Amino acid sequence: MIQTTPFHPRTSEANQTGLWSHWAGYLSAEKYRMSDKFEYWAIRNSAGVIDTSPLYKYRIRGRDAERYLSGLLTRDIRKCRPGQAQYTVWCDDDGWVLEDGVILRLADDEFLLTTARANMAYFTGMAEGLSVEIEDASPQIGALAVQGPYARQILSQIAPEMADLAYFGVTPAKFGDASVTISRTGYTGDLGYEIWVDADDAVGVWDRLFDVAEPYGVIPAGQIALLVTRVEAGLILIDVDFKQARYAWNDDQRATPIELGMGWMIRDLAEDDRPFIGRKAIEKEIAGKTSRWRTVGVIADWQDWNRVYMDRGLVPEKDHSPNQGQFMLYDRDDCQIGWTPSFLYSPIMQRHIGIARVEPEHGRVGTKIQLEITIDHRYDMVAAEVTRLPFYNPPHKTA
Amino acid sequence: MPTKNEYDAIVIGGGHNGLINGAYLARAGLRTLILERRHLVGGAAITEELYPGFQFTTFSYALSLLRTEIIHELELPKHGFMPLQMPSTFAPTDDGDYLFLGKDKNENLHEIARHSPHDADAYLAYGHMMSQVVHAIKPLMDSIPPDITSKDPEERARMAAIGSYLADLPPKVLHDMVRLLTGSSADILEHYFETDIMQGWLASSGIIGSKVGPRSQGSGLVLLYHSFGEYDGSYGTWAFHKGGNGGFTQVLARAAEAYGAEIRLESPVEAVITKNGKATGVALEDGTEFSANVVVSALDPRRTFMQLVDPRELPADLVEDIRRYKFQGVSSKVNFALDANPSFPGLEGADHLRGFLNVGPSLDYLEQAFDDAKYGRFSSRPYIDGCIQSSIDPDMAPPGKAVMSCFVQYTPYELREGDWDTARDALGDTVQARLNEIFPGFNDLVLHREVVTPLDIERTVGLSEGNIFAGEFLAPQMFFFRPAPGWNQYRTPIEGYYQCGSGTHPGGCVMGSPGRFASWQILGDLEKAKA
Repeated sequence: MIQTTPFHPRTSEANQTGLWSHWAGYLSAEKYRMSDKFEYWAIRNSAGVIDTSPLYKYRIRGRDAERYLSGLLTRDIRKCRPGQAQYTVWCDDDGWVLEDGVILRLADDEFLLTTARANMAYFTGMAEGLSVEIEDASPQIGALAVQGPYARQILSQIAPEMADLAYFGVTPAKFGDASVTISRTGYTGDLGYEIWVDADDAVGVWDRLFDVAEPYGVIPAGQIALLVTRVEAGLILIDVDFKQARYAWNDDQRATPIELGMGWMIRDLAEDDRPFIGRKAIEKEIAGKTSRWRTVGVIADWQDWNRVYMDRGLVPEKDHSPNQGQFMLYDRDDCQIGWTPSFLYSPIMQRHIGIARVEPEHGRVGTKIQLEITIDHRYDMVAAEVTRLPFYNPPHKTA
Repeated sequence: MPTKNEYDAIVIGGGHNGLINGAYLARAGLRTLILERRHLVGGAAITEELYPGFQFTTFSYALSLLRTEIIHELELPKHGFMPLQMPSTFAPTDDGDYLFLGKDKNENLHEIARHSPHDADAYLAYGHMMSQVVHAIKPLMDSIPPDITSKDPEERARMAAIGSYLADLPPKVLHDMVRLLTGSSADILEHYFETDIMQGWLASSGIIGSKVGPRSQGSGLVLLYHSFGEYDGSYGTWAFHKGGNGGFTQVLARAAEAYGAEIRLESPVEAVITKNGKATGVALEDGTEFSANVVVSALDPRRTFMQLVDPRELPADLVEDIRRYKFQGVSSKVNFALDANPSFPGLEGADHLRGFLNVGPSLDYLEQAFDDAKYGRFSSRPYIDGCIQSSIDPDMAPPGKAVMSCFVQYTPYELREGDWDTARDALGDTVQARLNEIFPGFNDLVLHREVVTPLDIERTVGLSEGNIFAGEFLAPQMFFFRPAPGWNQYRTPIEGYYQCGSGTHPGGCVMGSPGRFASWQILGDLEKAKA
């Protein structure tokens, strides 16, 4: 039976399209209005509200919580103080990425870890012998992402305590009568916050939010708008940009944190005395320079893109809908060097962009490559260039 | 070492074409000065806070036909380019009903079918026909037309190439193109559609900025021209820039400055200085002089040829052509600061207010509005193209309030009785009364009203006779002939003096091609001179 999120009474009213997708077993609006691009622009120019409740949420607490997590997670959780959050990954013994997620440190001994997939058996299995309690709090917690340049101005009218929240900061707050947690996190690459609320208070929080937000042109935004913004923000997506190592059939499907562009998480390994799962393998990868891929941005040459379409008598395609097919990348000698599984036309960059994986020697910014696309059931090559991630990184994201 | 007042190129006029031209010249390494008469750049594409907290797009109000090449070449996204989407069109009918179209093709077909199942199907056929014609004519719009007067073999070859290109088009596309270029929009729309609202709504694009009615021959050309909008891979789409069109021209100014162009405000140019038939610089009204071997006028053809230089220095044929060049502006703006969004009986919410409001319910309505103008009166029941920009950009008005731009036609520059200084309020009242019919209670919402007549456009922006395109879209003023045969390639008879305004090919709207093409010509000429 498909589940509904705690905000469903409101999201179902707001969804004018009848289009829902299934996200981790929950109904999730594809788009609320006929134009998902309008929702996209709300995120980039005002604020969009995204129901992210389908994420798994694990409450991890106890005397050994920090010790437990510092061995489980690849990034050093000890550096995340109460009132802060971290984007992190966790690996298996071979240093392959199992998953990524955001963890909020609510107190010295209490954390909330969000994941895209179920992890209860794995997490509890790793906790043996430690004084730590792991609870799957997913159904009890609603999550609402308020993302866009107006997010702070709006939220601070309701919960003034969040006004000074730093990037990746976390604070308890009162939202009307409801007690909530607000984190300055999100998946859009914009100024944005997530409100974590008890399921019973969810509808009240939605109503209070929109009472204040509506005059600013804030609207609910669905999956499509979210997935456009995440590509612009250079944020990877499970089962698109990487596969959980646990369920992979071969190493081709697996990837290391470094290969996924997370090398920065383990930059300080020399000063980091933690034993953590995958550490040895990662050290070996670094020492032997055995990483097979680099995660980079690719940006199509606009003139060449127009040319291949005009040559066929067609209007150049500029579709912002996230295309999660795989587009192959080649060097200038037509040898395959990688692929992009997340490719679209970015409305704010006005360019075709993709999050790509390429062989390390082709990963330098500015490297000229070729992108294979299909037009009228024929393959065509378009000139492209390797670029830095994220594509869109406005100052207000972190300011 | 150049002195302070020496430049490689001087652009007169900081409207969008002047800024684009200046940006391209600076990008190519020229020491470029852009001179703007007013206290802000943008020309007719400006945003002003005319009432506290409310941002008015005083004149131009939508990002219409901007060429995508300019976005890329000038790297506009780096400087804040944001083409917000207007997701809908709302067109009230004469009988209290409406046509409300959004972004979903099939939903739109149902909405049209509510009025006529025939027209729903016809809408697809019409759309495909228009897209094919636009696609076919695009290469001609997106390049510099040959000089029809030239005996140069290269120009002759380019003429012949156009002939071949047209001959290679599918005959039906070519025929439809000729229908559009020469015929009336009514003839085309009556062929496709049976309902007044579809005919009226679509015909509205065929009258914008032009002294033609939907039944005038030539309105087809205006209709076609307005279909050249090209956002995100489909033709005919328009956008609204963040912060209004003033927001857009600020982006252009930042781009130009990033390439090294210098922008000088409050610097009205008195004249282009010439010596032995060559441009050597400009003199401001206050006597300051700047020298440069390239001087570019972004002003309209009348000002470019009759005001900035002495017409006696020009060939008599050109002077006569410019004298005959038609402006006859017919468009006004009536802009409102509103206490809240207006409400339409029977429709809840604000979705129908998030795009264009089209008050032109039938061909007859538009034609009758035109009838008034033919005899020197403004329309008693005007055509209105409205948009409530605050509904898609919260920076345009305080939360919960609304700013509404209304483009109004017809308002002839030359009134038969009285003048615009005395008729201004009457026009405002007429438009407001019409809006009050559509949105009962509208009058009570008005906090502030700004009426901008063709005379105001001329006085403030400098566009002769208030023509928003710097010269009408009439066949004898387009392509080879814009602004005059022999002078359609951005040069002038004065060496080093160029034109880059909307009075040159391809024409007006916030398209930018004149500024871009003129830069090609200028840089090409400099290259040739070096060789």
